Amino acid sequence: MNIYVLMKRTFDTEEKITLGADGSINEQDAEFVINPYDEYAIEEAIAQRDKNGGEVTVVTVGREPSEQQLRTALAMGADRAVLIRCDERPLDPHQTAVLLANYLKDKQADLIIGGNIGVDWGTGQIGPRVAELLGIAQVTTITKLEGEGGRATVVRDAEGDEEIIEAQLPLLVTAQQGLNEPRYPSLPGIMKAKKKPLEVIDAEELGLAETQAKTVTAGYFLPPKKTGGVKLQGDVREQARQLVQKLIYEAKVI
Amino acid sequence: MGRKFLVLAESRGGQLRNVALEAVAAARQLAGDGEVVAALLGDAGEDEANRLIRHGADRAVIVRHDSLKQYTTDAWFQAVLQLKEREQPGGLVMGHTALGKDLAPRIAARLQSGLVSDVVRIEAEGEVPVFTRPIYAGKAFERLRADDSFLFVTIRPNNIPFLPGDDSRSGRIDELQAEIRDLRAVVREVVRKTASGVDLTEARIIVSGGRGVKSAEGFQPLRELAEVLGAAVGASRGACDAGYCDYSMQIGQTGKVVTPDLYFAIGISGAIQHVAGMSNSKVIVAINKDPEAPIFDIADYGIVGDLFEVVPVLTEELRQALSAK
Repeated sequence: MNIYVLMKRTFDTEEKITLGADGSINEQDAEFVINPYDEYAIEEAIAQRDKNGGEVTVVTVGREPSEQQLRTALAMGADRAVLIRCDERPLDPHQTAVLLANYLKDKQADLIIGGNIGVDWGTGQIGPRVAELLGIAQVTTITKLEGEGGRATVVRDAEGDEEIIEAQLPLLVTAQQGLNEPRYPSLPGIMKAKKKPLEVIDAEELGLAETQAKTVTAGYFLPPKKTGGVKLQGDVREQARQLVQKLIYEAKVI
Repeated sequence: MGRKFLVLAESRGGQLRNVALEAVAAARQLAGDGEVVAALLGDAGEDEANRLIRHGADRAVIVRHDSLKQYTTDAWFQAVLQLKEREQPGGLVMGHTALGKDLAPRIAARLQSGLVSDVVRIEAEGEVPVFTRPIYAGKAFERLRADDSFLFVTIRPNNIPFLPGDDSRSGRIDELQAEIRDLRAVVREVVRKTASGVDLTEARIIVSGGRGVKSAEGFQPLRELAEVLGAAVGASRGACDAGYCDYSMQIGQTGKVVTPDLYFAIGISGAIQHVAGMSNSKVIVAINKDPEAPIFDIADYGIVGDLFEVVPVLTEELRQALSAK
């Protein structure tokens, strides 16, 4: 199987978010990781390749430091990596999807796997947009995948319910938590990764200039700081009674 | 100035989901004096179409086809495109639900349009609306504008209030027979796992457990509390990783992001990854035996104590208070 993974470099989920003096998101000193949902995608791609044969290529759109996360994916076991390099402008989902689709259109992928959202921007748009631009089927938020011949059986998490879906290849799927347990790169894996191919393509070569953003950020703000409220006093029964009273008459939420 | 909007009204088990009415309210706000047309594609009928009209839609379209009874990307995609062709709206609003997340970006790609996902607030700044959406799972918010050739928005459930029902409102209800072919991905079976039927992302009240529940059985007192309140049950990553519950219950930066009116964090320490997914809840109650747990820093009401002692007593007190109410 010819498998492609869509990956993104994101803030570590343990990071606090602060704004700089110019109102932008502070990136200084932040830890960056592979988007956690994309880790499931990489793991799944490697497992499918090991079962069915073929090759795994991990693709990302981003700035030069994204090479770090691509190397990690190679160390996990991916065969090849591609950075669609775009240094300056922050791209909107439309632009990112067009670049990815332009790269993928002549690659004859059997399977494309991405995370179901990026934990940073959280739009979840890239997967379905790329599937449509390539004219292939999609199944999002999957928790199980079995490929055989030209078909796949997929389990989709639909707000807690499970849909068992049969789909034709080529297929694009997005990973939900629970799909698998991503492996850590092994030491030999890290050594091997240094020799694996990592191709850098300028986003301009994939038509960035002709692809205008459809949405524009007007600014960022942080949520109002929650201050700790009251800790209730007394024995268990008294605390429970007080809480019930407060929820009904003070907060008026029940 | 007005702009015609189409709303994709989601239903479940023949009934509108709340987010469908919220989407009508959002469209109403964006449409100005333009027309708001609500479309029903699933299993809901005329009664629900009338409800959409009472809550702000000008008219409704019921789209019929056997392949629409169960959601699949291909079938719904084709039906929405036919609907768009027929109605020629200047914008489209749907819920940021499992369905909306799957469908909306694909439609946006076909239309080569922008898409503002997961909107929690809309301000009409002059003529150009400004949308607010959470980023980093609610650790921050982004305000953005969209290219206005076609305004396409998905809204987060439980954030944009729906308009009060007005019995004097009436409107036409049309039917559209969709043409659907070439389904490349087909649902063979649906395994229902959400027993209570209360969906986490739409629940008004959520009772969540963390590592402190200690086992799968440890969720039982939480379930009983949830039952009394008609609440959904959630969990922290710690509880899911420990195997106490299914990942579909996970709330946090990885997992679901929720904004209920009332959130119970029980046996949850308050790791930043969990807090990101629930800190925008309106009222937070924390129950934890560690008085230093960071969850108390964001809780409106805190009880320091053993959850296995506190929760059953709380359930009992609530049951009494609610039956007397």
